[in-house]
Amino acid sequence: MKLKSLAPILYIIFLMLPIYWLLSMSFKTTNEILSGFSFFPQEWTLENYAVIFNDPTWYWGYINSTTYVLINTVISLCVALPAAYAFSRYRFMGDKHLFFWLLTNRMAPPAVFALPFFQLYSAVGLFDTHIAVALAHCLFNIPLAVWILEGFMKSIPKELDETAYVDGYSFPRFFVTIFMPNIKAGIGVAAFFCFMFSWVELLLAKTLTSIDAKPIAATMTKTASSAGYELGLLAAAGCLTIIPGAIVVYFVRNHIAKGFAMGRV
Amino acid sequence: MKLELKDVAKRVGAEMHIHETNLVLEPGEFNVLLGATNAGKTTLMKLMAGLDTPTSGSVLFGGVDVTKTPPQKRSISFVHQFFINYPHLSVRDNIISPLKLSKMSDAEINKRLESTVDLLRLGPMLDRKPHELSGGQQQRCALARALIKDSTAVFLDEPLANLDYKLREELRAELPAIFADRGSIVVYATSEPAEALMLGGHTAALNEGHIAQFGATSDVYRTPINQTAAEVFSDPPLNTTSVKKFDGRIHVNETLSWPAEGVAKSMQDGNYTLAVRPHFVSPTGHGDSAVELSGRIQVTELSGSESVAHFSMGSGTWVSQANGLHPFKVGEHHHFYLDSSKCFYFDSHGQAVR
Repeated sequence: MKLKSLAPILYIIFLMLPIYWLLSMSFKTTNEILSGFSFFPQEWTLENYAVIFNDPTWYWGYINSTTYVLINTVISLCVALPAAYAFSRYRFMGDKHLFFWLLTNRMAPPAVFALPFFQLYSAVGLFDTHIAVALAHCLFNIPLAVWILEGFMKSIPKELDETAYVDGYSFPRFFVTIFMPNIKAGIGVAAFFCFMFSWVELLLAKTLTSIDAKPIAATMTKTASSAGYELGLLAAAGCLTIIPGAIVVYFVRNHIAKGFAMGRV
Repeated sequence: MKLELKDVAKRVGAEMHIHETNLVLEPGEFNVLLGATNAGKTTLMKLMAGLDTPTSGSVLFGGVDVTKTPPQKRSISFVHQFFINYPHLSVRDNIISPLKLSKMSDAEINKRLESTVDLLRLGPMLDRKPHELSGGQQQRCALARALIKDSTAVFLDEPLANLDYKLREELRAELPAIFADRGSIVVYATSEPAEALMLGGHTAALNEGHIAQFGATSDVYRTPINQTAAEVFSDPPLNTTSVKKFDGRIHVNETLSWPAEGVAKSMQDGNYTLAVRPHFVSPTGHGDSAVELSGRIQVTELSGSESVAHFSMGSGTWVSQANGLHPFKVGEHHHFYLDSSKCFYFDSHGQAVR
């Protein structure tokens, strides 16, 4: 029994080590980090966190990131819900090709789109706004959301729609009060993936912003180059960056399992 | 209000799902759409209900053209073969959902809920979710939602097909009583001839998108106007063979013939198709009209009260269905007796001779 549980324990330690290291670094002073190797902070300090919460260039990074991620999630879902419904319920000319083309957007590296987006948004005055990043991230989040939602919607029989129409529900009313509650697991999973991909995406977010909408990930990399090696500060910022994702995962963990079982995600 | 179909046809791509159909359904009638799978029962119902739009023709409700009217604005109910309820709502909310939408007063809603729930014996389940009910209860919940509206037309698409035997028997016996005195048009689709006979009312025999015959159920069963209607309304399948009439006798081949009787007596000499229901071919002979047949037993099915035997006759296979248990042995030759007075005769166009 001991041997059997040893393998997973080792594996988990291996996975958790970098996160532990980050966490422990965030409570050390930069001097201690640079001076040698230690498992625990010799001298506990909250100074790193204090800097982040008091310096606007730091905490605005979080506010900016959260803002465009939420805008993106809302836009993605609002667009993907009707689109996925159409794909799951109707056969129309080129539907399969369109579905495939949507998915290929997800497969292209964001770098491909960085230049056209930069040029386009600069031209229309959207450069360095939250909406610019949110819209840019829609490029790969909407296809993903459509794909996930379509899988969930397909499992709802078309007869449910018909029963609702016969009962007197108008389409919008049916969609919001009957259909959406029945695919709420799917909506949760789609929202999670939109949130996550938008949160971790760096290249587009960095390219399309300069000061006003600068994301936290960009703040982290820039600080590293301008103010020397403030490793403790960076570690604290890293820890705080993990938290939102962890919270969202916690809420949708059961739904994700369901999504896997249904052959999507 | 009567429901009328005028030249209604439905084409999907190059395929005709429903050929031009004319049908008038009277209020207060129980109508059965009888046909095999893929005969077009569901399509025809959806066309009547407005869940699908016909390629051509029109649907009239009480003389008013409703072809383009969405189902929300028609006074209809629809019960599907699969138990369709709103999974996230309780049984109570499921049943009253159509009334909630029509902005009816709470007192009236409660009154109707009570009587419907009593009728369908759903009282103890009102606060449960549909998935916590058995199949029969789920379908009863769907029926309750269809009934509470008091619609002009109620469509039931094989509502009992997915229930187990016992529940099906139970609910089938209840159905005509539930709809009695409501004054609504009931349209009930089924693939089982026996079910159509038990439900009574009117029957439309449907085959490959054509209505072969529409009329009172017993008339369609006893006097089919064409071969298709007779075939649709027969289970086990109808026995058919080509025959020749001359010299006042019906000839199957050189050795097998018998004097023409009934309609056959007055029909002209020539080639016909003879059809006879399996229960008029029995292993024991009786009466003057019994004609002896002989065949090799191929398959036998015994149930508690009846015996079904498939036997080879000429180039085809015939079926005999008889009460009681008969000791058939597969591979053996056996005599069967055809009741020649119960035969149908169809001309070369498949029309019945009468």
